[in-house]
Amino acid sequence: MNQWENFTKGFIRQNPVLVLLLGLCPTLGVTSSALNGLGMGVATAFVLIMSNAAIALIKDFIPDKVRIPAFVVVIASFVTMVDLGMAGFVPALHAQLGLFIPLIVVNCIILGRAEAFASKNTLLASIIDGAGMGLGFTFALTLLGSIREILGSGALFGFKFISGDAMLVFVLAPGAFLVLGYLIAVVNILQKQEK
Amino acid sequence: MSKTPSTFLNMALTLFIVTLLSSTGVGGIYESTKEPIAQAAFAKKTRAIELVVPAFDNSPLDEKHVIKIDGDELVFYPAKKDGVLVGTAVETFTDKGFGGRVKLMVGLLPDGSIKDIVVIEHKETPGLGDKMEAKKSSFTKQFQGKNLSDFKLAVKKDGGDVDAITAATISSRAFCDAVKRAYQTYTKDMQQ
Amino acid sequence: MEYVLLIISAVFVNNIVLTRFLGICPFLGVSNRLSTASGMGGAVIFVMTLATLVTYLVNTYVLVPLGIGFLQTITYILIIAALVQMVEIILKKVSPPLYQALGVYLPLITTNCTILGVAILVIQNKFNLMQSVVFAIANALGFTLALIVFSGIREQLEFSNIPKPLRGAPIALILAGLLSLAFMGFAGIVK
Repeated sequence: MNQWENFTKGFIRQNPVLVLLLGLCPTLGVTSSALNGLGMGVATAFVLIMSNAAIALIKDFIPDKVRIPAFVVVIASFVTMVDLGMAGFVPALHAQLGLFIPLIVVNCIILGRAEAFASKNTLLASIIDGAGMGLGFTFALTLLGSIREILGSGALFGFKFISGDAMLVFVLAPGAFLVLGYLIAVVNILQKQEK
Repeated sequence: MSKTPSTFLNMALTLFIVTLLSSTGVGGIYESTKEPIAQAAFAKKTRAIELVVPAFDNSPLDEKHVIKIDGDELVFYPAKKDGVLVGTAVETFTDKGFGGRVKLMVGLLPDGSIKDIVVIEHKETPGLGDKMEAKKSSFTKQFQGKNLSDFKLAVKKDGGDVDAITAATISSRAFCDAVKRAYQTYTKDMQQ
Repeated sequence: MEYVLLIISAVFVNNIVLTRFLGICPFLGVSNRLSTASGMGGAVIFVMTLATLVTYLVNTYVLVPLGIGFLQTITYILIIAALVQMVEIILKKVSPPLYQALGVYLPLITTNCTILGVAILVIQNKFNLMQSVVFAIANALGFTLALIVFSGIREQLEFSNIPKPLRGAPIALILAGLLSLAFMGFAGIVK
């Protein structure tokens, strides 16, 4: 596939969250508001691009049998860098995302792309793959966060358009499951129509 | 797939090098973010203190003193203007919140009355207990200017003077618990 | 007494899957058969307890004293990966049928956010060693409980007529949402 296809596949056709069903933990855990979803998406995208690039660079030097531990260490270091960077420069967002920042390391998307793509492709292709998937992830998370914030708090990115509270269940745990479930169903319908 | 054979030496060596490089990279970032992280924490605390005590010109964080109580500790931040104590911000807590620990910053004036209270952290239910946050309701306003020697610090349901948050009695009670802890420790400390 | 509260809180009130959103991938992937669900649950109980114990000790006696707490993520994930590898090897020797049953799910436990999540949570909550181990076991039990309840429902669901777009993940998620709503009812009991 050409590089444009490589980049855009992560957006809808192979959207990591809505189609491949990967990385669901942070998707449910931090999308109580659009801003949180966006922040998490960007942080994950950063780790994805950096680790895809690093792994594409070192793939020829890592013996096959230890590639998973090696990949994991690389991913974990970028996650720690993002963790520290966010704590220092965007502390409010860092506090909101909390536990899910270190958990980026076990986000199946990152190890999945490293295994499936970066370990077999060129540096440039891997970076583009990471960027595309990261963008798709960010899109899914921001969308989910926006829906939950609008329905649950009557706000978007912190700007309230009703006074008081809306349907709070959407900001709480059950709402996350419900909205994501219906969202995937909608994507299923859209995909069927494409065929 | 990889051009390096999986001999034991290769495996051990590559893992070692990868870990070494990674740890060094992370260590570097750690050093360069240490300052911003410390500053962010400092700024957050100072903001909370500024909200609850009158204007001051000292550095309360540098003059803080800690009192151990109930298995944990309260932190007292004295605020001074021209060397005179104008108020004390007390970082207090309660574990009786609906969702667990609630931390408050209570601003007490030298005469023992409350200037203001802000919530530092909580895990209360959105839409119910989280109304203890000043931006979500006027719950905390009722404490302003009150002196706990004549203001009964309990919800009206328990015979006190506090207007509880509707449908969030447990959160309201927890709030009072934290304030009481701060006040009692403060008065005991002042008497010494 | 406080251990009872710790356990009830971890299993019901703050259920790791239905409230904290950890472990969703295996939750959706393994929960369509009761047998695989209980197998996965058992593996998680074992790995989670062991992992929490080891990571806690390493954090307390190595990372913190040496001031390299920022290497926590890297160290923890390496420990967990190594432990899972060990469990796989031991299981293969000790109980081949169980090893067959769990199949691909065992290595998936490494990327299971529950293990890393709980390991980090005990440090965040400032538990001591005993509390951490109890917390780990309780959370694993909560995970298993959610998994078993869920697979029971899903097995029944096979006989229902579900609209095409909702089949598979969507209906599972909606179900999880309703289950999560039910578990919210436990919220007041630890008072």
